[in-house]
Formats: sequence, structure tokens, C-alpha cells
Amino acid sequence: MDAAANRAGLRFDDRLERLKLFGLASPAILLILAILVIPVGWLFHVSFIGADGNFSLENYERMLARKSYARIFRTTFEVGFLTTGLCVLIGYPLAYFISGLPGRLANLCLITVLLPFWTSLLVRTYAWLVLLQKRGLVNDWAISLGLWDEPIKIVHNMTGNLIGMVHIMLPFLILPVYGAMRSIDRDYMKAAANLGAGPNRAFWTVFFPLTLPGLFAGSLMVFILCLGFFVTPAVLGGGKVIMVSMKIVSNIELFVNWGAASALGVVLLVLTMLILWIASRFLNLERITAGGGN
Amino acid sequence: MRTTAILAITTALAATPATAMNKSVTIASWGGSYQEAQSKALFEPAAAATGIEVKQETYGGMSDVRLQVSSRRVTLDIVASGSGSAARAAAEGLLEPLDYDIIDVSTFYPTLYTEHCVGGDVFSTVYAWNTDTYGNNGPRSWADFFDVEKFPGSRAYRGKVAGALEGALMADGVAPENVYRVLDSEAGIERAIDKIRELKPHIAVFWTSGAQHAQLMKDGEVDMTSGWNGRFDNAKKDGGRVAYSFDQALLDYDCFAIPKGAPNKDVAMEFLAEISKPRYQDDLPKYITYGPTNKAAYETGVITAAQAAGLPSSPENAARQLPVSLEWYAKWETIADELYQEMLTE
Repeated sequence: MDAAANRAGLRFDDRLERLKLFGLASPAILLILAILVIPVGWLFHVSFIGADGNFSLENYERMLARKSYARIFRTTFEVGFLTTGLCVLIGYPLAYFISGLPGRLANLCLITVLLPFWTSLLVRTYAWLVLLQKRGLVNDWAISLGLWDEPIKIVHNMTGNLIGMVHIMLPFLILPVYGAMRSIDRDYMKAAANLGAGPNRAFWTVFFPLTLPGLFAGSLMVFILCLGFFVTPAVLGGGKVIMVSMKIVSNIELFVNWGAASALGVVLLVLTMLILWIASRFLNLERITAGGGN
Repeated sequence: MRTTAILAITTALAATPATAMNKSVTIASWGGSYQEAQSKALFEPAAAATGIEVKQETYGGMSDVRLQVSSRRVTLDIVASGSGSAARAAAEGLLEPLDYDIIDVSTFYPTLYTEHCVGGDVFSTVYAWNTDTYGNNGPRSWADFFDVEKFPGSRAYRGKVAGALEGALMADGVAPENVYRVLDSEAGIERAIDKIRELKPHIAVFWTSGAQHAQLMKDGEVDMTSGWNGRFDNAKKDGGRVAYSFDQALLDYDCFAIPKGAPNKDVAMEFLAEISKPRYQDDLPKYITYGPTNKAAYETGVITAAQAAGLPSSPENAARQLPVSLEWYAKWETIADELYQEMLTE
């Protein structure tokens, strides 16, 4: 058998292999097509239909004409960034702490992180309302301890909303970060120390960069999930923190057609994809989400 | 959904087998202490008397009906709705016309039923205050509600435009009888919204449901709020420190309608005829302080004089209030709410 025939045979095997893999993946591909691509396409289509049922740009024109839409989008992304930032500030040190614990203790700590995760979002949100309100536990205790004299406003505003959202989103950040930290060989740190790096330098030049894939994956998940939040801002925001999802609901109630609401969904989708695209220009998304350290 | 199941069982037990089997209606209302009152006073006894099986649901208002009708998958036979949204829904063609040969409205207040919606109860949008904060010297007008110097303290106000502009205009010096005339232009609507804009730094919460504003008062979270009178009475019954006044309140009514294409339209009509009778309506005030729409309900002897004095529709209380204009809501609500949302997001 000559080399050319051999190469052709190998190519054929390769193609067959890929075809088989595609066959295996096809149920998933069909599912994604059915539950993601088609509905999003439909959403896009509906957003261009006006109140009279014909093609129209009125749903987009309205967004430009009224200032409230720009403000609502700003609030939405602000909440997304702030929640993500706070989750990183709180979650990263916690994940670091847990990853250094011996096995059983670490598991116990992880369970305490996960336990609220398994409780209904609605219940947790209302629990925060009870805790944070003017005559709630937090204000009552702080006043009786003399921390402050008058009840402070920590709910029915952005503060309350962020407290609730950070609490709900923390596990989404801690778990991937913790996973990344566990997979790091701690001997690297010893090697760094051996080469003369202090604990600080060893952490920042060796450990921290290795956790970045987990950190980015977690942050991305938190950020994207935040953009669609409805219940928490509606309950803890006191009607003052208005996010896109809430506007979508009020537009469905207010206008006769679905287009007014669909257009909001389309703009949110496009803006989110734009942000991801910008992020991917600066960070190598594929490498990050692949979780590899190569 | 558990209440639905229990109710279905109790009604099935109560019904006489001969008439019971195939007749059933699905009713959607607003939930909370309001639907509980409707259920006890109207739905359950009427179901027992007619043998019609009642399935109860809660819903999100006429937007749900709009969705069902436009997708031609109507599951609701009867919906409880605010009069204003019912008027809009009717104008959009989402509701069946009611048959007043079947539903007897001869003793109804003439303004409390329309071609597509028959009144179920009369309520008021009032200002309420915390009696711990203000004692017996509570606000006496919308002007007082908007006056944070005379009445320092935090406020709550509605997060939607319905029932929000009238009080603001009265606070701005417009006489109640001129309110809807002034509101009949974008400039007039802006004038009312500007008044709320002024109060906004003191508005701690923009509420979105009756259960919410009742809870805000019960918890002492705010010192004053606008809201629906019956919810405050129930909050007071639960130990809330809350009082309200009918002076300058907005007199409004809830009604029952049948969505276009309802699966059990004829049974629904029969059921509406039943619950519109005085013998059911006179029970409603026992559970929530909303008045009957059928005048004859005052004459059955069930509503005591003391009870009547506390109802929004008693002649003395009604005279102190501004009746809500359905025409105004049909014409302006969408535009006004958009302008209102501008103010909310500032």
C-alpha cells in the first residue's frame, strides 16, 4: 500500500469519526435548535411587529424616544457589574479559605455554601425583606447594640437589592473558583517559596493566575444571570430599582402587543453579546471557559 | 392550588347529583384576603346553590386574558378585574358581552355595570397612615399626604399610574370635580406627575400590589401610603396600626367579566347572575370592607348600619369621594403610564 492511499484511508477514517460524533451530538443540537434558536428568532421577528400587526420599528423607536429605557438598561448592567464585583470580593477569599481546609471540614463548609442554594429564591428574598426592613432584625439589633440610633434604609433601594442578589449569586462564583483552586498542585507554592518568593508574591504570581479560568467562568455566569433577575429587585428594590425584566412585564401589561416586550429582550440580548464580545477581545474566552491552564 | 382542590371537593359534595355533573366554571381573581372574601361570600355559597363546580385561580390581570384570547387558548370563564382595565379590555374586544336578560341588574347602581363587565364590589383608593406616628391627627386630604413639613415621615405610593394622578392633582389644588378635566391633556398629566416628583425623595416604596401596601403598614415600614381601603381594614384586624379616610378618596369598583371564547360561557353567565344577587353580595362586607354593587343588598338586613357606615359605597362615604372616570382610563392610561415610568426611573 503506498503512502497516498494510506493518507486517504486515514482521512476517510477521520471523517467517519467526526460524522459519528456529530450523530451522537445531534439530539443535543436539535434540542438547542428547538428551545433556543427558534424562539430567539421568533422573538426577533415579533419585535418588529407594531400594534397594528404589520412590520414596524415603533417598538425600537419608543425605546429611543423615552429616556426611561436607557436608564433601565443602565440600571440592569450596573446591578450586573456591582453584583459580580461584590461576589468576587466576598467569594474569592472564602473559596481560598475553604480550599485550604482539610477534606471533611471543607465539605462541611461547602454544604453551608450550597444549603441556601437549594432554598427557594423567593423565600430567601422575602427573608431578606424581613431582616432588613425599618423594624427588622438587623435594625433592631444594631440599635439595641448602639451601632446606630435611627433605623437606616437598607432595603427598598439598591443596597437591599444588592444584598439579596449577592447572597443568591455567591454559590455560582464560589463553586467554579473552588474547583479551580482544588486542582492546583500546592507544591507550586512550595517551589515558588524555594525560589525566593514571599507568600504574597507566590500567591499573586503563581496561585492567582492559575485560578483565573475558574474566576472568569464564575464571574461570567453571575453577570449573565444577574441581567435577567426579576423577583429580587421587584421585592427588595422598593419599586425604585427597575431592571429590564421588570420593564418587560410592565410593557406586556401596558401595550396590546408582544412586540413592545420582545424588542426589550432583543436589545438586552444584543447588548449582552456585545459585552461578551468585548470581553473576549481582552481575555481569551475559549481558554478560560475550557478551564485549562495551558 | 390546594384551595382549588378543596373547593372543588366541597362544591362537589354540596351539589345535588342531578344538576351537578357537567357544569363547571373557572374563575380567576387577585388572591390574598380579597379573593378569600369573594370565595367565602360569593363563590362557595353560589356553587352550593346552583350545583356549578367552581375552580379558582389567581391571575395577573387583563394581560393574561389578552394572552389567552390572542393565542385562542382560553381557559378562564370568569375574571375579576378592576373597572378601568375591564373597560380597556372590552375596547380591545377581549370580552364577551354580558346578557342582562340573565343577569338581573335592576337594583344595581346604574354606573356599576357596563356592557362587558358587571360590578362585584365597590372599593376606594385612600390615603392611610400609621396611628403610632400621627396619633389622631392624621392627614385629612391629599394635600396633607403630600405635605412632608406638616406630616414628616416616609411615604409609599403606587408603582403604576392607575389611581396615582388624581390624588396628586387634588394635592396641587385642583378641586375633585375638575380633576379629570385637568388630566385630559399631556400637560395636565405632567402637572400631576410633577407633584409626585416633588414628593419622590420621601417615597420609600413604590408598591405594586394590595398585599404589599397592607404589609408595609403592618410592619411600620412607611408612615403613610396610598392604597385600597379593604386591605387596610384587614391589616388593622391583624394588629396593624393603621387608619384611613374616605375624604377625597377615589371611588372605584371591581367587576366580573367573561373572556372572549370562554369554554363555559353559558354556565359562566348563569353563575354571574347568581353571585350578583343581593343574598350573596350582602355577605361580602363580613370578610372585607368592600361594598355591594347591588343596592338591594343593603335591604336584606345582613349588613348592619355600623357595617354600612364603614363601606366605600355607603351614601355618606360615597359623597366624600371622587368616582373614577373609566373614559379617562380608556383614553389616557397607556400614555400616562409611560410618563409615570419616566418619573419612576429618574
